[in-house]
Amino acid sequence: MSTTQNFEYQKKQIPKKIQTIGLALFLIGLITVGIGYITDTTRVAFNNIIIFSFLTSIGLGSLFLVAIEYLGGAVWSTPFRRVPEFLSATLLLLPFIVLPLLFSMGNIFHWLHPEVMNADKILKSKAPYLDITFFIIRVAAFIVIWILFYLLITRNSKKQDIVNDQSLTKKNIKLSAVFIPFFALTISFTAIDWLMSLEPHWFSTIYGVYYFSGSVLAALAASTIIIVLLNENGYLVKGLKPDHYYSLGALLFAFTNFWAYIAFSQYLLIWYANLPEETFWFLQRWDGNWIIISIGLIFIRFVIPYFGLLSQPSKMNPKRLLIMSSVILFAHWYDLYWLAMPNYSKDGFILGWQELGFILFAVGLIMLIFNFMAKKNNLVPIGDPKLKRGIDFRL
Amino acid sequence: MNEKILYSYTGVFNSPNAIINAAEKVSEKGYKKYDVHTPYPLHGMNKAMKLPPSKLGYVALVIGLSGALSALLLMFWMSAVDYPIVIGGKPLFSFPAYVPVIFEVTVLSASIATVLTMLFIFFKLPNNAHPLHGTEYMKNVAADKYGISIQAEDEKFDEVEVKKLLEECGAINITAIYYDEEEINHKHKILEPKFIGFLLFTALLTSGVSYFTLNKVLYMSPFNWMMEQNKLNPQSTSTIFADGFGMRNPVEGTIPRGYLPYPYKGQPEAAGVNLINPLPVTKQILDIGQKKFDIYCSPCHGFNGEGDSRLRGQFPNPPSLHSEKVRTWSDGRIFHVITDGQNIMPSYSSQLNTDEKWAVVHYIRTLQRALNAKESDLQ
Repeated sequence: MSTTQNFEYQKKQIPKKIQTIGLALFLIGLITVGIGYITDTTRVAFNNIIIFSFLTSIGLGSLFLVAIEYLGGAVWSTPFRRVPEFLSATLLLLPFIVLPLLFSMGNIFHWLHPEVMNADKILKSKAPYLDITFFIIRVAAFIVIWILFYLLITRNSKKQDIVNDQSLTKKNIKLSAVFIPFFALTISFTAIDWLMSLEPHWFSTIYGVYYFSGSVLAALAASTIIIVLLNENGYLVKGLKPDHYYSLGALLFAFTNFWAYIAFSQYLLIWYANLPEETFWFLQRWDGNWIIISIGLIFIRFVIPYFGLLSQPSKMNPKRLLIMSSVILFAHWYDLYWLAMPNYSKDGFILGWQELGFILFAVGLIMLIFNFMAKKNNLVPIGDPKLKRGIDFRL
Repeated sequence: MNEKILYSYTGVFNSPNAIINAAEKVSEKGYKKYDVHTPYPLHGMNKAMKLPPSKLGYVALVIGLSGALSALLLMFWMSAVDYPIVIGGKPLFSFPAYVPVIFEVTVLSASIATVLTMLFIFFKLPNNAHPLHGTEYMKNVAADKYGISIQAEDEKFDEVEVKKLLEECGAINITAIYYDEEEINHKHKILEPKFIGFLLFTALLTSGVSYFTLNKVLYMSPFNWMMEQNKLNPQSTSTIFADGFGMRNPVEGTIPRGYLPYPYKGQPEAAGVNLINPLPVTKQILDIGQKKFDIYCSPCHGFNGEGDSRLRGQFPNPPSLHSEKVRTWSDGRIFHVITDGQNIMPSYSSQLNTDEKWAVVHYIRTLQRALNAKESDLQ
């Protein structure tokens, strides 16, 4: 039983400045977004989709990380499992981020206009799926499912801090096993609904996996940044070693390769088949100065993290991990921008305060969520029977 | 040789913690040439022995990159330089198509090179003459004990000191290991000039024999596989003729076998008057006519000759063969259309020979009669 566990953990309060900076960023972002919605509705709505997908990635990806830890019986990540648990609280706020979108959808989705749908044979056949009522039901049902699993899994984990009950881990393993198929389906359909349907003609069967690979990377990168910062400043349990960092780095490295594999598979098939109804999507992203963003994606999402995390010492170096995680986290936003924005500005990419506002909003929001959760809960799952083994973890 | 040469002092321990402890102490004392033997890998041993990170990764990196580069150059050379063929409308140098191959070659060469380097260079296999082989110490550490072996080659080695150190660490069994006679004289077989020479000789011999067999022996007479014949191949140059062409036109005034010149080219009316169908109307000939008509004529004219094309508008539909005009045409006039073509209908001379054309004419007549029967047919 966990009563025999001996480890040094003293709960320390998160510094006040996290809340101050988070709140400042959040408010600046919120005001910018608000002004944007009045002056430049369509563009800001596109950014809203990007940021909704981004926050879904962080929240859902973090919950996925928690679930696979339970399912795989992993111990190395137990000492800092709370970080993805806190981050997955983002799921609770998703309804508020979807809400403004529901009022400006007509400007974004072609398929909302029946006259467009009826005029086109291909769109007509997709009409039963791309139906506004069905769409809203899907969005609502997915968010409800995510929040439900978030509440169930984290509730058990928090309860364990007090009651030290091993059977709660078993309960969470079962919950995680139920969650994974839901996760696989909902994340795929979320990607199809919000991002792929921006271009209702186009289709790619690997699109859901593509979004999944990016989402796990984003959640992992966000968690890694927080874990490294917490551990270097002594907020986590004592005794974490480079071996723990190495595992985080290796997972980041592996998913970077996975993303590249999936992204290239999608590209190669479309390039090889050379069918006009598929290639135009890539050609759009090759036109004008979009080519810069497209080529940049290869570097920022694959080449830089790949070589940055290739060697063994680089995965153990906290500074290197921080830099690479930040690059990967930014790369996910960049990727989503690349997926969504060419549908808004077809001539070339645009970057302005509308984009920046949403980034500030998202960063501030994540900081606030983390700060709020960290105040209420222990930063380490002190009741988890795997904790001691997790601290003793060696490669 | 009676005086034995010392290889190392070995100590055996009972628990993994003891061996890690011992390894830490030995490395702290500054010994460099020592090794630890355990029945299974021990976590934390690298750190205890203060081992530098393995260099094996660099082998994988270098060989992997070489593999990637050679795969790229190979495909570039083959498909863009040496034998350029456009495939699927893609450019000759189409990088995306190369990526999977480059990836596979990189992974394959890096992993094979890593394993081989590990076995033959780092582990120095095959080495049948290691002093530790066949000792009681080896038997113990291969089963349930943990051992450390400090070699006499080490600069700091001193028999008394090492014994003391091992005792301090708590070794339960300290033994000295001596070289066997053959082991002193042992050299790595792979690096012997004799072996390398033999390897080179075998390589040269195999490649030489393969080359000679495949390129020379097989093409010596009588094995020229009919490749050399005293004839002119089509589209090849010839030194016999003044104009240098291997292909010749027929001699003036001659015709190929089975070929009849058609004198009424461009003269439909003359053909209609002068040509007479030489074939009798029999079941057999009508069958041939039907078969040929269904194959060559029906796609445009329809199976019943009504001009109901099956080509869905790819070609304009021809007029019906049941018109007054065609019904009153003579057999020769119809024959002329098949031979010479009319409007957008091309000549069918290359598909149908003379007799087949006449058979088709008979068949067209039966079709016409079927729709516009004569009084006599109805009785």
